Amino acid sequence: MALEPDEASRLAALLEDKQEELVGAWTDRVAQSLRGRLSRAELQRQTTELRKGFQSALAGGATDLTQEAAAELRAQLSDLSTGRARQGFSATETAVSLFALKEALLGVLDGGDAGNLREYVAFSEFVDAAALFTFDTYVHVRESLIADQAEQLLELSTPVVKLWDGVVAVPLVGTLDSARAQVVMERLLQTLVDTGSPYAIIDITGVPAVDTQVAQHILKTVVAARLMGADCIISGIRPQIAQTIVALGIEFGDIATKASLADALRYALNKTRTRES
Amino acid sequence: MDRVPILKIGDILLVSIQIDMEDQVALQLQEDLADRVVTTGCHGVIIDISGLDIVDSFVGRTLATIASISRVLDAETVVVGMRPAVAITLVELGLSLPGIRTALNVELGMALLARAKADERAGDSEWDEIDDEDAETAADAQP
Repeated sequence: MALEPDEASRLAALLEDKQEELVGAWTDRVAQSLRGRLSRAELQRQTTELRKGFQSALAGGATDLTQEAAAELRAQLSDLSTGRARQGFSATETAVSLFALKEALLGVLDGGDAGNLREYVAFSEFVDAAALFTFDTYVHVRESLIADQAEQLLELSTPVVKLWDGVVAVPLVGTLDSARAQVVMERLLQTLVDTGSPYAIIDITGVPAVDTQVAQHILKTVVAARLMGADCIISGIRPQIAQTIVALGIEFGDIATKASLADALRYALNKTRTRES
Repeated sequence: MDRVPILKIGDILLVSIQIDMEDQVALQLQEDLADRVVTTGCHGVIIDISGLDIVDSFVGRTLATIASISRVLDAETVVVGMRPAVAITLVELGLSLPGIRTALNVELGMALLARAKADERAGDSEWDEIDDEDAETAADAQP
């Protein structure tokens, strides 16, 4: 049951006439549902803005949230939802803030004749659509937050550090999947070019398990570095991991493997010294 | 058709590829380089591919061939300046260019060649070394 144009304009007039009362009741209800996590002044500002948004949308003849006249209202709703999502409110709390408008409106509607009822139900549907819209926005914002964080985590977890002149190291921490392996490889190779280091140490102390796939990723990185003219040393192989590697029949070929990062650094420095002399 | 210039620096031939490596260009380079190694008698070849965005399997193979030809003519070949993206692509393609020496940049490439030459000289004077070692062992044996 959608809003009729004349109903929309009548509701717009009502929202305008009873604005003080409406905003007051609405803010009360929202404040109650949020239990003091946002200040009353802040809520008052938000509800006042939203009332204005609803009023201008209805006055513009919007009978549906997707219409052109409701564009500004949609922008407001998405701002509100984005803000709430970033502040850590739940989707329900955001949606309930809008549902509260229905109750507030019921309070200011006078009498109870059939026309009013129809109007109220239709408007209620409009508010529901608005609340659902904030829900969608909320989910969208949270998803993008998660995606951002995943990306940051990826960046954080793969530093390439310079240990000595001509020796860089990548301490790998956490599970190595294809996406991370790719980032590690690109980072390492780029650092080799930037610093002109002929030795790279890949430290796998922080890798919880090495299976054939992880080994494959490491081997690819080593081969790529070798193609560019740098030697890789794999270090930080724990006893269990060494056993797994042998049990799985993974061949590291002529790639130098060391038990600890210290051993790997000593090896690299020795090689550098023999190079220079 | 474009040609890749070959520069002689001391005992080294430097080839810096700055143009797109088409198959014909690669083959021409292979011929030119073989000629130059023979006429100049250089013992080292450095091929700088830092300007190449793409190295396909043909160019990869040509580089390997050039290295083999040079070795026959007693010149070591070092491929330098491969870009990370190129290295990753070659690995994904399964081309690890065996038999080619690589270095990160021209400077390190020249150092590598100098070292290879020094090793060779050491190899020439192998007999002296063995004599030295014998002398040392003899010295150690004496209390």
